[in-house]
Amino acid sequence: MTNPIGDVEKAEVILITGSNTTENHPVLSTYAKRAVKRNNAKIIVVDPRQIPITKLAHKWLRQNLGTDVAWINGLMHVIIKENLYDKDYVANRTEGFEDLKAAVEKFTPQYTEEITGIPAKDIEETARIFAKAKSASICYAMGITQHICGTDNVKSLANLSMLTGNLGIQGGGVNPLRGQNNVQGACDMGGLPNVFPAYQPVTNPDVKARLEKEWGVSGMSGNLGLPVTVMLPMAHDGVFKSLYIIGENPLVSDPDLNHAEKCLEHLEFLVVQDIFMTETAAKADVVLPSACFAEKDGTFSNTERKVQRVRKAVDAPGDCKQDWEITCEIASRMGYEMKYDNPEQIFDEIARVTPSYGGLSYKRIDKDGLHWPCPAPDHPGTPILHKGQFTRGKGLFHGIDFIPPAEQPDEEYPLYLTTGRVIYHYHTGTMTMKSEGLNAAAPECFVEVSPEDAASYGIKDGDKVHIASRRGEITAVARVIDMTGPGTVFLPFHYAEAAANKLTNAALDPVAKIPEFKVCAVKIAKAA
Amino acid sequence: MKSKGNITINGRSFPFREGQTILDVAQANSLDIPTLCYLKRATSNGGCGVCVVEVAGGEKGVQMLRACETPADVWMNVRTESPTVIKARKEAIQNMLDTGNHNCAVCGTSDAAWTDFQLGAQKSDETTDLCPVWGDCRLQDLAFKYQVQGQNIPSDKEYPKDLANPFFVRDYSRCIKCGRCEAACNEVQVNLAIDWNRNDKDASYPLANEFCVYCGECVQACPVGALVEKDVHYSLRPWEVDKKVRTTCSYCGVGCQLELHVRDNKIVKVEGVDAAPNYGSLCVKGRFGYHFVGHPDRITSPLIKENGKFREASWDEALDLAAKRFSEIREKHGGDVMGVLTSARISNEENYLAQKFARAVLKTNNVDHCARL
Repeated sequence: MTNPIGDVEKAEVILITGSNTTENHPVLSTYAKRAVKRNNAKIIVVDPRQIPITKLAHKWLRQNLGTDVAWINGLMHVIIKENLYDKDYVANRTEGFEDLKAAVEKFTPQYTEEITGIPAKDIEETARIFAKAKSASICYAMGITQHICGTDNVKSLANLSMLTGNLGIQGGGVNPLRGQNNVQGACDMGGLPNVFPAYQPVTNPDVKARLEKEWGVSGMSGNLGLPVTVMLPMAHDGVFKSLYIIGENPLVSDPDLNHAEKCLEHLEFLVVQDIFMTETAAKADVVLPSACFAEKDGTFSNTERKVQRVRKAVDAPGDCKQDWEITCEIASRMGYEMKYDNPEQIFDEIARVTPSYGGLSYKRIDKDGLHWPCPAPDHPGTPILHKGQFTRGKGLFHGIDFIPPAEQPDEEYPLYLTTGRVIYHYHTGTMTMKSEGLNAAAPECFVEVSPEDAASYGIKDGDKVHIASRRGEITAVARVIDMTGPGTVFLPFHYAEAAANKLTNAALDPVAKIPEFKVCAVKIAKAA
Repeated sequence: MKSKGNITINGRSFPFREGQTILDVAQANSLDIPTLCYLKRATSNGGCGVCVVEVAGGEKGVQMLRACETPADVWMNVRTESPTVIKARKEAIQNMLDTGNHNCAVCGTSDAAWTDFQLGAQKSDETTDLCPVWGDCRLQDLAFKYQVQGQNIPSDKEYPKDLANPFFVRDYSRCIKCGRCEAACNEVQVNLAIDWNRNDKDASYPLANEFCVYCGECVQACPVGALVEKDVHYSLRPWEVDKKVRTTCSYCGVGCQLELHVRDNKIVKVEGVDAAPNYGSLCVKGRFGYHFVGHPDRITSPLIKENGKFREASWDEALDLAAKRFSEIREKHGGDVMGVLTSARISNEENYLAQKFARAVLKTNNVDHCARL
């Protein structure tokens, strides 16, 4: 997030898109809900599903699946045409405005309606509400990013925010809501194939040399590494030999699972380190039992870039070891001495090599965390990014055109499928499905079918339904409900026994290599 | 914000700002004015009368006012524990004790009354124990502090008890109608799941409706035993908790601050910490989804696969095997056919070491995690 969580409550307008906020970020959603209740803020939801927060929304726009660039361009078309954009901000703080103007020129409200299905009038009204707000916050999640045009979608939202002068101010910002407790930290720490800690490019020889010195090694790679969505297919072809998987369950969370499973089976050697015997761990040659969050000391970085402490409350069961201890043991046995007395020592090394964490220490974040960038011990942290100036100097507009999703419904697979989570479960369910209460509240996989589609397929609420795509088939219980609208069905992806990701499409965004989980074509039929 | 002037409390002068109540000024200066229905972050308080104070200096003479809802002013001379205040406070506490099965404070009345009432309350709970929040109850604390005993407690009244939801018990026999649960639900979480008319004295808080998502904000807000976690109800007493540990939630990316209550190396209850970013709030997973931590399905020993089946192994054997095979592949093919999947679930420190392992030991940048999934 460019802005802290508390800022959401200070916004005049909150645009929520591709985020089922009340179910996936329930506590953050309370800030948006209070903004409406107490400050008369306006929530605008753009989502294919009639998600719970639409109840409090001033406007809810249902776009066709995968048409986000189009409606965002449509809003900007109106904002520019009606002279509602922040001219001072655009002139002083940004560049590339002419490119943007040219790109959105053709996205008239009528043309936007043709692509997105959102009525032209709603595009115009929404554009005016958003542009006229003193502060407008944009909150988004995987509904924006999990597309072949995920990167384009995010850039488009940034365009909209800059055009209206909302980046770098209180109550504004472009705010991705992170779905996992430490996805921010995993990225910050360089758990990515293209960057070292603090997003320093692996291709920068100076950074590499500095890290080689700090780590006491030579001959590190200066080439871009491979993302997981490329490693697995290469394993399938026998090119890729080994994986060390820590706390991940790609065999429920990856797209096109049947294929992913074969990929793992083709590896020469697989080590999985986890707290449970997950579907992925079952494929391993060696399984290493680790400690969970309540059994360890350390830090997580949350969605607002705040680094917070994690503290040990209970001892891990049996022979479980801390994840960091296990990694150190393997490294040392491979001839590279990796030794720390405790997590705090590791954190001090992180602060040395990670400029944005340079001023952080356990002592400073003991009571309350700090937002990075925090480059020095006397730096107060940075709750709001891009204040006064962008990290790169001027904010760059990108003129972006619309491209349709990789897979469209056809005669054989006539319906759209989109996926997501429910409030009672978390990701692949390995943790939440251990609580009886949560299982009682959300016991089994279901498929949301619109009343119209249910009628034409002869499906009743509670019926067992087969759902098939070109890649696989699963069975789930029908929930006939007006959530997705006719022509689209929705599945939660938590349930391994009816894994939605057996159906999803592994087509990737060319830049971020993120799979298009949110759109594919399926057919449904009532189970015999 | 600038100071608007000074207010006198218990003979001492304190500066205050626009919008601050008498209670705000007192709390900012570590003066204890007891409260019960007052819920921080909610707007509507003032029903219970416990925070009453004596305010002199105005045109109306000495007034009894509720500190939580009265804006501080320069003319005010406030006394927080005068004999009149204590009398009024006792009455307020007495009235609440008389509304239901508050069997904690009845000791001292005649033996027979104690027994009858006690038996009645216990019978309705089908237990021989005292109230499930004995020792962890705001009303009980106040009753002891101000030496108030229940007098007109109805021992034969029947109350509905809601056990239907999977996470908490709703016990109307102990509800004092303070309104905290309603404010927590409708004003703080804004789930709008508790429907209650404040002006209707006989109204009870209806059962969780379709909007309830079991966040438990009401349970944490309940000052008595009317809303209690099922895991705690008659199975955990506050003095049995060995320690409470503050940490960060491990579900979504919001990073709510949690307090884990631990008994015998087991998490037995979770509460939200009153600090950013959640200020006490949690969701159903953060508050009630902790059973995976010590679950019997946890892997507790290293495992090595032989002929398609896992067998238990020592750490030395498993680690040696992992190191040996990784080394062999690295020597034979180089690091670029090897990869590390680190995790959005583990700590920064562990992520840092995982990528360091890929880069410094395997000599490859093939390190990734499920940020995209």
